[in-house]
Amino acid sequence: MRVFGDAWGVSTETLIGAAELRAFLHGLPGVDQVGAEERAARLASRSIKTSAKAEAIDLAISMVDLTTLEGADTAGKVRALCAKAVHPDPSDPSVPKVAAVCVYPDMVETAVAALAGSGVGVASVATAFPSGRAPLEAKLADTRAAVAAGASEIDMVIDRGAFLSGDVVKVFEETVAVKQACGDAHLKVILETGELATLDNVRRASWLAMRAGADFIKTSTGKISPAATLPVTLVMLEAVRDYRAATGRQVGVKPAGGIRTTKDAIKYLVLVNETAGPDWLSPAWFRLGASSVLNDLLMQRRKLSTGVYSGPDYFTLD
Amino acid sequence: MSDRLAVRKTYKLYIAGAFPRSESGRSYPVTDGKGRFVANAAHASRKDARDAVTAARKAFPGWAGRTGYNRAQILYRIAEMLEGRRDQFTAEVRHTGASKAQAAAEVDAAIDRWVWYAGWADKITAVAGAANPVAGPYFNFSTPEPTGVVAVIAPDSPLLGLVSVVAPAIVTGNTTVVVASEPAPLTAITLAEVLATSDLPAGVVNILTGHRTELTPWLASHMDVNAIDLTGVPDGDVPALEDKAAENLKRVFRASDDWAGDPGTARMTAFLEVKTVWHPVGV
Amino acid sequence: MTVFEYAPAPESRSVVDIRGSYGLFIDGEFTDGHGEPFKTINPADESVLADIACADEADVDRAVKAARAAYERVWGAMPGAERGKYLYRIARIIQERSRELAVLESIDNGKPIRESRDVDVPLVAAWFFYYAGWADKLGHAGFGPHPQPVGVAGQVIPWNFPLLMLAWKIAPALACGNTVVLKPAETTPLTALLFADICRQADLPPGVVNIITGAGDTGRALVAHPGIDKVAFTGSTDVGRQIARTLAGTSKKLTLELGGKAANIVYADAALDQAVEGIVNGIFFNQGHVCCAGSRLLVQESVAEEVLERLKARMATLRVGDPLDKNTDIGAINSAAQLDKIRELSASGEQEGADRWSPPCRLPDRGFWFAPTLFTGVAQSHRIAREEIFGPVLSVLTFRTPEEAVTKANNTPYGLSAGIWTEKGSQILWTAQHLRAGVVWANTFNKFDPASPFGGYKESGYGREGGRHGLEAYLNV
Repeated sequence: MRVFGDAWGVSTETLIGAAELRAFLHGLPGVDQVGAEERAARLASRSIKTSAKAEAIDLAISMVDLTTLEGADTAGKVRALCAKAVHPDPSDPSVPKVAAVCVYPDMVETAVAALAGSGVGVASVATAFPSGRAPLEAKLADTRAAVAAGASEIDMVIDRGAFLSGDVVKVFEETVAVKQACGDAHLKVILETGELATLDNVRRASWLAMRAGADFIKTSTGKISPAATLPVTLVMLEAVRDYRAATGRQVGVKPAGGIRTTKDAIKYLVLVNETAGPDWLSPAWFRLGASSVLNDLLMQRRKLSTGVYSGPDYFTLD
Repeated sequence: MSDRLAVRKTYKLYIAGAFPRSESGRSYPVTDGKGRFVANAAHASRKDARDAVTAARKAFPGWAGRTGYNRAQILYRIAEMLEGRRDQFTAEVRHTGASKAQAAAEVDAAIDRWVWYAGWADKITAVAGAANPVAGPYFNFSTPEPTGVVAVIAPDSPLLGLVSVVAPAIVTGNTTVVVASEPAPLTAITLAEVLATSDLPAGVVNILTGHRTELTPWLASHMDVNAIDLTGVPDGDVPALEDKAAENLKRVFRASDDWAGDPGTARMTAFLEVKTVWHPVGV
Repeated sequence: MTVFEYAPAPESRSVVDIRGSYGLFIDGEFTDGHGEPFKTINPADESVLADIACADEADVDRAVKAARAAYERVWGAMPGAERGKYLYRIARIIQERSRELAVLESIDNGKPIRESRDVDVPLVAAWFFYYAGWADKLGHAGFGPHPQPVGVAGQVIPWNFPLLMLAWKIAPALACGNTVVLKPAETTPLTALLFADICRQADLPPGVVNIITGAGDTGRALVAHPGIDKVAFTGSTDVGRQIARTLAGTSKKLTLELGGKAANIVYADAALDQAVEGIVNGIFFNQGHVCCAGSRLLVQESVAEEVLERLKARMATLRVGDPLDKNTDIGAINSAAQLDKIRELSASGEQEGADRWSPPCRLPDRGFWFAPTLFTGVAQSHRIAREEIFGPVLSVLTFRTPEEAVTKANNTPYGLSAGIWTEKGSQILWTAQHLRAGVVWANTFNKFDPASPFGGYKESGYGREGGRHGLEAYLNV
């Protein structure tokens, strides 16, 4: 399929590519919504206890992309978040560090400095997050700035308007261009599934992003409701599983937004385990985009180790 | 009174849309109410019954697959043909011992009953089907479908009874093998002549005349017959026939042979299977 | 790579109190049986759970007389609204005691607690709740303005869904004004006996529900009893045939819900992930002890390889083991006899040349277990493609055209259920129309609801259970 090239000009070749790309995406197996929801609910009823729960909590902590994406963010707030990312529970050094801290591009420098040598990555949203409504050049500049500031991961948003109106080539070409702008940084492509209307579209957008070079596909910006859901993540996990089977390349998955409790987090791990498989059960291939879930994970972790229920006053609010 | 010698009719069987003699070459005399000879009727054998079942099975998918509207029109067409032969049927019913008035009344009632059933073809599904409100995101509906090949052991009521057992079986899409009344078989064969000229596909109704006790056990035990209507069977013969019918779990229907009054839907629903289809509701 | 092993998450047994022995529930009291008592065991570890009384002919007679007396004196004449209130009470008590019922069902039957908790028991309550509402509306059900009950119903149920089949039988019978004598299967009597206690808590008049335990002889005595007006049976086609013979020439009404060999048809354009889920649910739900199980997979040849690949991967995630573990997907086979039958038919599959496959799976040492099993290269003529295995064994066949799929699907004396998987609406409706089966699941499988009629074509039996149609069996129409 040929869809690279000049995103501003319309060549004959691009038109053919568009038809081919659309045909490919619409040729993917359908998703039956009720069946997918039933499967997700069934997996969510798995009962994870004792030793399995302890392992799951630590794994979940290590997969967290600790996130702050507010207009009111300050350097101080970002530094506090970074401290928490490295030592989520200062009183217990056995708690693993999180995978990454996720901030706006202008906070990347602060985060990189705060996390130097810690092994915690710095992810930055870019490409006119969260709407994606900006000229490509602006998106690319946004991306380059974040990478130049030291971001190791870029979370881009797709142009949902283009995707939904059928201009899949535009989404494809923008993703390819952003991927190029990322250089060595990993690219996470946010599909904003809450705006995609159907699970069929989630599967198509997943394949579109993967074919354009995404290292990760991510559900949501967190600014739109619904954010991550189990059925949506199920479909995306199926997509990365099928994509690897077809191409040999493994792509990661990141549900983001709406994951608040340990119970939620463990449901996602079960989903990964039984859908994409154990190969995805590591921070390299699965992330949880969240912030408040971390304290609940810590609280449940302490309950398991002490045998008594803990309370929110014993964990830091950052 | 003309001195012209009448051309008599040979009463044969009706199988697969044709009028064969019994493969056995046998016949039996039919007499009127006073014991006088009327005609020889074919004396069907078990092989004729077997052939009739084969014909009915072959006709089943096509007939069941017709639209209700189409079946209704074909059945109504049969009523039109019956009306055209009122006098012939009246004369034949009189052979069974009825007065002229009684015979005419029976023929009229039979035609009217046929019209009544004809109208059910595109309505029974609405009455016997359902949209079921299940507790989940599913569309769930039930539709009645014809059972398949139905063996009908007709009662001795020569036309009204015959019509009252055949019409409800076929109007919903079943195909039939009918064992005509043993003492009064002639109206059944004349009915067959109507059926043969009424756009009813060959094999939908097959009519055997002969000895009931000889034919019915073969039909009751036939593994390719899905249901049996024992209306014309004497009570004493029922247990043995039901025992045979159990082998392939035939649907067995027994009911009174009172033909007056509203027949209701029981004779139709007896030979209907309810099929329930589920489908998720989602985007 | 991390190995995410789920630690055992067993449901507590302490909610259930199993007595050492159980009598027959006749006329509102537990009484002694006069046949040889038998033991019911836990199929997951072969431990004895309780001694169960066996009803002989005299006991059956006692139960039928109690039912007759209750019918004539109390239940038959009671206003429908009052009967309905009793049924609503029963539905509520089932909900209140749902945990207890689910655990007991899993212990006695071997089915996973997830299924007894999430499927069986909720449906049992729903069934009583649904038919409770019909009790005072029977004149509007399409069976005439004043439909009358039949009288005393003799009901014989199987071991695969012990409590659910009880509900399918008792709820409509009672709603229509009949009284019942019910015989649960000899390997799974405990929840029916607990149901007797629920009847007492609901203050149901004595004799309206009688539960008699025993094996085949007890069942035969019940259906042959001249005091019975209606027989309802769920079980094997062979026994159904025997019952139809026993009733030949009598005026007893009969409904039969018998065996099946359902085809699950997967077209090339299906939503494959959901189809695979449906295939798994179709054959491995309840260990495949399901009359309507999708035991024949008919897959369109152009996607056969892909479907099988996905199916095998999915089967490898199935968890077989302790029925009381909340993470168990496949529990114990109900009895040694059933396990023998499954083994024998599976062996015949190999002998006849089909390829057998099971995922690696460790089975417990004690108890009755059978790994989820797939046969490919199956021909229509193989026994595993024709006979009901009633176990977690799937036979896979392929087809090229829709006509071929339907022809193969219908090429069986059974006609209970079928499945269709395609994203094309017109193809669903065409296929559903041509399948000779009483229940057709399109893009789903093994769904049940009290509002939805269920029952078979051909040798899968006659009569419908569920919905308005389910009333007909218990009314004099």
